[in-house]
Amino acid sequence: MSEYIIRNGHVFDPVQGIKGDQADVAIKDGKIVDKIGSGAKVIDAKGKTVMAGAVEIHAHIAGPKVNMGRIYRPEDKLFTCTPTKGMERMGGGNSIPTTFKTGYEYAKMGYTTAMEAAMPPLFSRHVHEEIRDTPIIDEGAFPVFGNNWFVLEYLKNKEVENTAAYIAWLIRVTKGFAVKVVNPGGTEAWAWGLNCLSVNDPVPYFDITPAEIVAGLIEANEYLGLPHSLHIHPNNLGNPGCYETTLDTLKLAEGFKAKSKFGREQVMHLTHAQFHSYGGTNWGDFESKAKEVTDYVNKNKNITIDIGQVTLDETTTMTADGPFEHHLTGLNNLKWANIDVELETGSGVVPYIYSPNISVCAIQWAIGQEIALMSKDPMRCYITTDHPNAGPFTRYPRVIKWLMSAKAREAQVNAFKHKDKVLSQTSIGTLDREISLYELAQMTRAGPAKSLGLASMCGGLKPGMDADVAVYNFNPDKPVANPDDIEKAFSRCAHVFKSGVEVVTNGEIVSNGHKRTLWVNAKVKDNPQVMRDINEKFLKYYSMTQANYEALGHHFVPNPYTIEVDAS
Amino acid sequence: METVTITMKNPPALYLEADNVSPDVFAGKTAAQIAELHVHEGNTTSTLGKYFDVSGNAGATAAETKIVVKGDAKKVKYLGMKMSAGELVVEGSMDQYAGAWMKGGKMLVKGNVDAFAATAMKGGELTIEGNAGNYLGAAYRGDWRGMSNGKILVKGNAGSDIGMYMLGGEMVINGNADVHVCTHAEGGKVIIKGNAKSKVGGQMVEGTIVVFGSIDTMMPGFKPVGETEMEIDGVKAKFAHYIGDTGERHKKKKGQIIYGNLYQKI
Repeated sequence: MSEYIIRNGHVFDPVQGIKGDQADVAIKDGKIVDKIGSGAKVIDAKGKTVMAGAVEIHAHIAGPKVNMGRIYRPEDKLFTCTPTKGMERMGGGNSIPTTFKTGYEYAKMGYTTAMEAAMPPLFSRHVHEEIRDTPIIDEGAFPVFGNNWFVLEYLKNKEVENTAAYIAWLIRVTKGFAVKVVNPGGTEAWAWGLNCLSVNDPVPYFDITPAEIVAGLIEANEYLGLPHSLHIHPNNLGNPGCYETTLDTLKLAEGFKAKSKFGREQVMHLTHAQFHSYGGTNWGDFESKAKEVTDYVNKNKNITIDIGQVTLDETTTMTADGPFEHHLTGLNNLKWANIDVELETGSGVVPYIYSPNISVCAIQWAIGQEIALMSKDPMRCYITTDHPNAGPFTRYPRVIKWLMSAKAREAQVNAFKHKDKVLSQTSIGTLDREISLYELAQMTRAGPAKSLGLASMCGGLKPGMDADVAVYNFNPDKPVANPDDIEKAFSRCAHVFKSGVEVVTNGEIVSNGHKRTLWVNAKVKDNPQVMRDINEKFLKYYSMTQANYEALGHHFVPNPYTIEVDAS
Repeated sequence: METVTITMKNPPALYLEADNVSPDVFAGKTAAQIAELHVHEGNTTSTLGKYFDVSGNAGATAAETKIVVKGDAKKVKYLGMKMSAGELVVEGSMDQYAGAWMKGGKMLVKGNVDAFAATAMKGGELTIEGNAGNYLGAAYRGDWRGMSNGKILVKGNAGSDIGMYMLGGEMVINGNADVHVCTHAEGGKVIIKGNAKSKVGGQMVEGTIVVFGSIDTMMPGFKPVGETEMEIDGVKAKFAHYIGDTGERHKKKKGQIIYGNLYQKI
């Protein structure tokens, strides 16, 4: 493998505490190394910013609901297709890009690892086929558990050990990475035409509450000691006043401590916090409760969050929160797709336009900014757009611009049609904090890597870690003349290395790298009861056999990276 | 106004995608530069000059540019796409997407056009002296934003699904229209001087349809509310007035429910 030395760049690495000092980064055999021979290829990074490859903690980039969006939104590809060029295959799509475009776009922005945030277990084969076809970036996928019949039945009987054994089995057969929960109990209730809007609403038939599901899954997750914590999209997403449900959900983590050898400290990751920080009683008195949610998170170190920033674009919302999507189509009258996944979960898809001329959308934008700016620990608050729900991930450079420049935020606030309402319903006008490059590296690299339990592998530039490196055309010594220069610099990297292979040069793809699928193999004590229950459910309820369920072998996971966990 | 004339000399074997043929793209270019603009035939990209003789230079701006397309353009798509000003005259017939996404200016097709003419049109005038195909002034596949402004005149007949998801603007068909008129429309006006078939105004939220001739099968969601006299294109006549589609959602303005309107000449 080639050797490289990236010379004289301004290095920002929270793992080693390097805050923009000029330093060299050496790469050998796919890893960051201390020293390198004289034959190494020299990359001149003088006057440029050097960071580890960025880590995406939550995006919807592979699987049946993403593909449902692609199928039923041909208009998303209108005028956005790019032909084959050099190393790049053809691609297209804006909010739901093709798999190839997804890989290229992440890489060009300096992202080298990404997590698919909701994998329906039944369709894990489809998820892995899309992951396989997404070049360059390492990917993992979170199977959803919050509405799964096994989980509901075991937790109703307080059988945490059985829940853990089932989780270990499911993550192994679906080649999953972490335990995801979406609207716990609510999506199952949706199959009965109902929903769970608070943590105490009972799930029909199963007679269990969301609170019991969440607390039980945290306990099972820590019993196993998985790399990542429970990753939750709470009940009551997107409704005025939903912040109370969010706080009730966060409180369920109280008393739990991380039991994991992977270095994470949290037991719960609250995703797309923006969608869960709404006050008011209707869309007229809709207001921000970002402070209430962020204050709680600041005080409780066993929680991490990502923001879910609204980017003010036309996009496609998609979530395993089926009832929410039905609610949304009633609000905007745009086309709605609904998918039921037998025994496990469901989902919905609706296009959405976050218009700067609509006060609710502008307030949503401000809430995302508030959460990021009010968070005191950038190692526990990460930048996302919940792609594509609040906006496409390709807008990260713009989100970075807003967070790094109070001037850019002010310009955006001034551009809103209902500026006064945004200022009265949020506190965006009082926040003058500007995120530093070091904090940015925490919020996009070291932080999410730590939360995912991947801190020893990626998110930093310490010798021994994977050589995932991004070099940006951004000189931290020079004052920013125009905030748009920030957006431009973070849109296209000068160089990107993935596991030591140069994949991007001057914003162009130069290699498809050696993409890996990250998955977790958790070993538990033999559990005949759970294995019998699984057999029985397949015989009794599933429309497929167990033999056709597992995502196994080269076709689905051609280049696996297995993280071993022993809970036996 | 400067005129650029492009004359078909080498008709394509496959369909030719000529979205660069618009006053906006031609503006400021010489005949030689225009001949170098790209077109697609199947999966190959080549130049406009391979298929057309180009004579005359364009004006400095789109508004000062007129394009005349001569010869057989029956297999040419996308003429006038996204044009915002100036003029485009197609002497014969053309294929799909005539004046699609056009925002301004005037386009005249002396022959027929195939489907998707004036897709998501935002402004300007499109006149078709022959017949129009399906999906005239409709939304792009999957989209919910059809024609929103501008004027379309078809002197012959129109195909099916015209004005699907129409939001605004006006469309006049001098002849007959096929099935599905203004499906899902939320505004705009379609006047059919000849006959309509069925599914007229299905799932219509708002907007106006006027039919001078017969309607084979009326949608069950339309409700007769009386008669009214109107003057259309200088012709005064009595019309039966229907509102609908009552099976669809409707906005309320000042406590009144706003329906789509369908008028049929008595």
